[in-house]
Amino acid sequence: MVKIKEIVVPGQLLDEGEIKPGQGAYRDRADGKIYASRLGVPLKRRDFINVIPLTGCYLPKPDELVIGIIVDVAPSYWIVDVNAPYPAVLHVNDVPWKVEFGETSKYLSIADVVLIKISRVSETEQIQVSMRDRNLRKFVGGQVIEIQPTKVPRVIGKKQSMIELVKRYLNVWIFIGKNGRIWLNGEGKSTRLAIKAIRQIEKEAHTEGLTDRIKEWLEMNKSENM
Amino acid sequence: MEKIKLIDEKGKRIDGRGAKDLRPIKIKVHPLNRADGSCYIEWGTNKIIASVYGPKEAQPKHLQDPLRAIVRCNYDMASFSVDERKRPGPDRRSSEISKVIGEALENAVLTNLFPRTMIEVNIEVLEADAGTRCTGLTAAGIALADAGIPMRDIPAACAGGKVDGKIVVDLRKEEDQAGDADLPIAILPRTKEILLMQMDGDLSEKEFYELLDLLADACINISEMQKKALLDRYKQEEDVEEDKETKGKKTENKEIKKEEE
Repeated sequence: MVKIKEIVVPGQLLDEGEIKPGQGAYRDRADGKIYASRLGVPLKRRDFINVIPLTGCYLPKPDELVIGIIVDVAPSYWIVDVNAPYPAVLHVNDVPWKVEFGETSKYLSIADVVLIKISRVSETEQIQVSMRDRNLRKFVGGQVIEIQPTKVPRVIGKKQSMIELVKRYLNVWIFIGKNGRIWLNGEGKSTRLAIKAIRQIEKEAHTEGLTDRIKEWLEMNKSENM
Repeated sequence: MEKIKLIDEKGKRIDGRGAKDLRPIKIKVHPLNRADGSCYIEWGTNKIIASVYGPKEAQPKHLQDPLRAIVRCNYDMASFSVDERKRPGPDRRSSEISKVIGEALENAVLTNLFPRTMIEVNIEVLEADAGTRCTGLTAAGIALADAGIPMRDIPAACAGGKVDGKIVVDLRKEEDQAGDADLPIAILPRTKEILLMQMDGDLSEKEFYELLDLLADACINISEMQKKALLDRYKQEEDVEEDKETKGKKTENKEIKKEEE
């Protein structure tokens, strides 16, 4: 039997008293108690109680690495889809190349996939992104899949244990963006297997002892397929 | 034509229910893979699918609210959902229901977390048998939770009314058409805040409050079913997984046999 973590639904009582509501929780002003606002796994951390959501959209935070897709080109900036409810702006000053005014499309054009960093999120959720950092680049080759953004930490694993496991077993280049997009590049068969493994992790994200089970699964499938 | 008797001497209704009994409810969470959240509900013979998209950039742009998200609801009845073919597309009735359901949901969602966005709720009635706005709202509440949208509580809805001079909960088609009054309500079960209330027909003040109390209890029952359905979705995956594990062992066994041979 696989153990599942306790799951709460919106409106469920989490705690009462001094503890503060973190993400996925709120305090009702009428009775002062704390209730869940999302479907997820409750987690107490110091003086906060959070609900780690099981589903939901990606909300960008500064300094997160994400995989974006260029959706529009303007003379001095690009509009990037970062899988958030809001479009992001990539200004020519924030790219590693020297771009003349009006020559933006020479460097990045629509449907290009880029690895970028969220540099600023304003109060009104206007997002600015940057490519000026080590390893930030345009992806050439490989493929991009999308998973639930809320499951990204699970796919990465504690100290990257989960994704290192997949990489080690299948010899595929994988990069995971915080926004739920995953870029993979490698030999066809093993890439397909890696995608299957990631989907499996996504599906079973709320269970315990997952790394060990994925290890078994990889072990089994590797011997079958190679 | 003789009037149909909707409640017999023993107080039973035409389908054998008592005054406070609900029709059987079956809920399936996340039947659609493309939508962010979805729910299929069977409530008596009502069959409804609700889907949720978003939060996403509000379109058309003039509807954007710089301080909060807007909830847009689209209630639609399939042409085959009623006895006589319904002309497809929006009409007066469905526009009204879309509006009231959208406003009810907007009061349950924590809209201030997603400024300038839109949450789109689609309610598609596949088969109708009275109380579709309540059924649709109940399904939409589950679909919103499934989409991971922050809410104060999952809204639950139920209709009631007066039939043959008696107060009853959850009307079916015959009772709705031949009855004296119809009162659909939607509440937040935890605080019993009312999100939606419409009334058709006549009720005395005493009857109204009596029915309101019955409906609040019914909504709380429905809320329990909603919660159970949401939690069951993650339990079901467990069962599937167990099956896979046993299958995996079988293939292992086969391999061992092969090696032996």
